[in-house]
Amino acid sequence: MTELILFLIFGSLALTGGLTVVAAKNPVHSAMGLMLTLFSLAVFYVVQAAHFVAAVQVIVYAGAVMTLFLFVIMLIGVDQEENLRETIRFQRPLVALVGLAVVVVGVVVAVGGRFAWVTGPARTGAEVNGTVEAIGDELFTVWLLPFEATSLLLIIASVGALALAFYQPRRRQRDEEDTR
Amino acid sequence: MTVTVDWYLILAAVLFVIGAAGLLVRRNAIVMFMSIELMLNAVNLTFVSVGRELGNLTGQFAVFFVLVVAAAEVVVGLAIIVSIFRTRATASVDELSEMKG
Repeated sequence: MTELILFLIFGSLALTGGLTVVAAKNPVHSAMGLMLTLFSLAVFYVVQAAHFVAAVQVIVYAGAVMTLFLFVIMLIGVDQEENLRETIRFQRPLVALVGLAVVVVGVVVAVGGRFAWVTGPARTGAEVNGTVEAIGDELFTVWLLPFEATSLLLIIASVGALALAFYQPRRRQRDEEDTR
Repeated sequence: MTVTVDWYLILAAVLFVIGAAGLLVRRNAIVMFMSIELMLNAVNLTFVSVGRELGNLTGQFAVFFVLVVAAAEVVVGLAIIVSIFRTRATASVDELSEMKG
């Protein structure tokens, strides 16, 4: 019963946030909508006994990633007019059609319980326990190599971001030398 | 009335489609990026829900790695957007057509 109430409240909040992301004119409002969705999903993770994932969701996504988004929105300005003229004909009807098709396929697969052919037969009765201890136990034994690979990925990403931030087009450099 | 895994999967499908539609319809690079994040989060919800249904933790590890990759992707993507903005003073993807075939 508790789960039903939580699902109804936070499911509608997540959908509201998602629609805000897409529909809001101001990018700051989009960011706020995304944050609402992220928090609602964190609640679902707690409900589904994925405590570690919920904590990481709030800390990394709602904390770090959204802060970065807001920084960039503030940096490059929010008051710019967005040109929504379609360059491809019938783009919006096509988007609506494809979206509807994906939802129908998703509902059919979910209600028919046909995800078993992707995931294998269900081991019913087993309880998942996504505490930090259980996750850490398995992460540093079974998933050690992928875990180390992600550290490499993060280093590459931060070096790449630094390189992009310090890059200056050659023309501007020459201009600066001329003015000196 | 109990909440089954189907409910979460349907919610995730709807969120994914909202994100995909936003990616296809909007022209502001930052909003498109946020739509991608929305899609990633919808997939994360399916991972956790199906993982709980199947009774193993693998889905939660998938979510963990998706989170790390998404964080790296956001860092690089936003750096690209900022550097484009510094040279072109626009964040609209329609203005950036030099590389089209």
